[in-house]
Amino acid sequence: MADAAALGPARGTIDLVLRGRTRDVRGRLFQGALLMTLLVSLGVLLVLLWTTWNAAQPVFAERGLGFVSSDTSSLSSRAGVHQGLVGSLILVAFVAAVALPLGIAAAIYLQEYARDTRANRLLVTNIRNLAGVPSIVYGILGLVVFVQALRGLTGPDSYGRSFISGGLTLAVLVMPIVILISMESLRAVPAGIREAAYGVGATRWEVIRSHVLPYAAPGMFTGMILALARAFGETAPLLLVGAVTGYLNTPGGRNPLEVLQGQYTSLPTLIFSWAREPGEDWKAMTAAAIVVLLVAILAVNAIAIVLRNRYERKW
Amino acid sequence: MSGSGEGMELTQERVDGLVVGDDHHASRPVVGHRERVERAEPAAVFDIADLSVSYGDFRALRDVSLSIREHEITALIGPSGCGKTTFLRCLNRMNDLIEDARIEGQVRYHGVDLYDPRVDPVEVRRRIGMVFQKPNPFPKSIYDNVAFGPRIAGFDGDLEELVERSLRRAALWDEVKDKLKESGLALSGGQQQRLCIARAIATRPDVILMDEPCSALDPIATQRIEDLMQELIEDYTIIIVTHNMQQAARVSDRTAFFTVEVDEANGQRTGVVVEVAQTHAIFTNPSDERTEAYVTGRFG
Repeated sequence: MADAAALGPARGTIDLVLRGRTRDVRGRLFQGALLMTLLVSLGVLLVLLWTTWNAAQPVFAERGLGFVSSDTSSLSSRAGVHQGLVGSLILVAFVAAVALPLGIAAAIYLQEYARDTRANRLLVTNIRNLAGVPSIVYGILGLVVFVQALRGLTGPDSYGRSFISGGLTLAVLVMPIVILISMESLRAVPAGIREAAYGVGATRWEVIRSHVLPYAAPGMFTGMILALARAFGETAPLLLVGAVTGYLNTPGGRNPLEVLQGQYTSLPTLIFSWAREPGEDWKAMTAAAIVVLLVAILAVNAIAIVLRNRYERKW
Repeated sequence: MSGSGEGMELTQERVDGLVVGDDHHASRPVVGHRERVERAEPAAVFDIADLSVSYGDFRALRDVSLSIREHEITALIGPSGCGKTTFLRCLNRMNDLIEDARIEGQVRYHGVDLYDPRVDPVEVRRRIGMVFQKPNPFPKSIYDNVAFGPRIAGFDGDLEELVERSLRRAALWDEVKDKLKESGLALSGGQQQRLCIARAIATRPDVILMDEPCSALDPIATQRIEDLMQELIEDYTIIIVTHNMQQAARVSDRTAFFTVEVDEANGQRTGVVVEVAQTHAIFTNPSDERTEAYVTGRFG
């Protein structure tokens, strides 16, 4: 009985110690601050989307999908984003065909084959810097190299201002992103997997092909998605390498090479030129084009994410 | 090419050894003849002479000379940083994967210098399998984990049968036979390590290197791996790095004790071999006082 009596006050003390202390105040403040920043950035985004949608809404209400399927025109009541949308899709496909294989191959070389020499480290550092170079600089590069110097190849009849010039410029622009993210995913492959594969007598190629690349693939896909979304939205370099911002003939009855070497436009440049037009009607048109651009980028990303998930599920 | 058949009776008779052909360049040991061996010492699989390993300016291991005998379990013990793992990785040229590793001295495997420029490290790793400290199954199915090695080696026999045989040999078959298509990562730690052993066996090596294979496992899983080693030793030669002296005493025939020597001048720590002997001699009657200090727990 004396024991039970002794337990009483002791239990009270423990209770005080365990429950009486003030909570982790700084931790909670930090968590709250983090949540606030998230809400602020989300809020800005929502306001932006909402105002854009509001401005664009009359255009969609009046013309529906006709806005998407009409060609450019100097009349706001007849103009549409058809050529811009098709142009952007062709551009992005071109960028994907050029930048993804080259970028991934470069990443595999740098991460898996290149020795860790001073020259190679310098190379990687430079690629990292290239990823941060303003896009207008790539535009100047494209203007000098693809539009002027290589005019004979990129577009003899369009003064070099062609899909090829624009696509190559964007490809050069996004390649550092592809390389860096791919290298990052390759580096993240656990050493244990490589060792295990070498340990059963795999050659370097077999290790990379059968284990490293499948493991790194989802991360590399993410890099590709980011790069292509960037290419989709770029405007400044395309203005320099001569995307048409005004009237453009509808491409039709031409072979793919002629199309690629011909004049082009893209959604962002179209938005840019409409935004400079005076009048409320063009304001609404601009907002509507922005909505189409956002939807197109989301669609491209969604497709890429579905592809990535399908690949992930395989193992 | 394995010199030892499945289910071989453990008799006085032993495979004399994989004799290397005259053609040095072939470097692929061929199956030797069996002969009745009455001699006390089994043949050597590895003869290592004056082996030193450096990583850049750092010398990890100095002047190691020892022999590894066939169908014996050799334990490598010693304090952390004494170069046991470095030494083990020299035996199947895994150190080649480390860019600035430099190896001096000789590692003779059945008489062939493994660091001869004409030796193909890929072929070396097929014959000298490895099990790592942390179980590292491929993130693929159990079946593919075991089948990968034989596949890339161009195995053209019955792959399913080989996978089953390897899994049986690793004492894992009964636990996984109904889920061969499931991921190897879904297994428990102990099962994963046995899967790694099955994977190592599947390329039909004659030596298995084990780098602290039980350090991430619980006592029961450890027991299973140790039992398995006793079974495997009929067909293979095993070299095991262990931090656990009881484990070395329980499983091994011979033990090599490594230690660290600190250079007074520049503070560099270099691994050296102190003593190699029968395991019971190392633990009961070591000839070097450093060994005695270590095995009795006074140091390390």
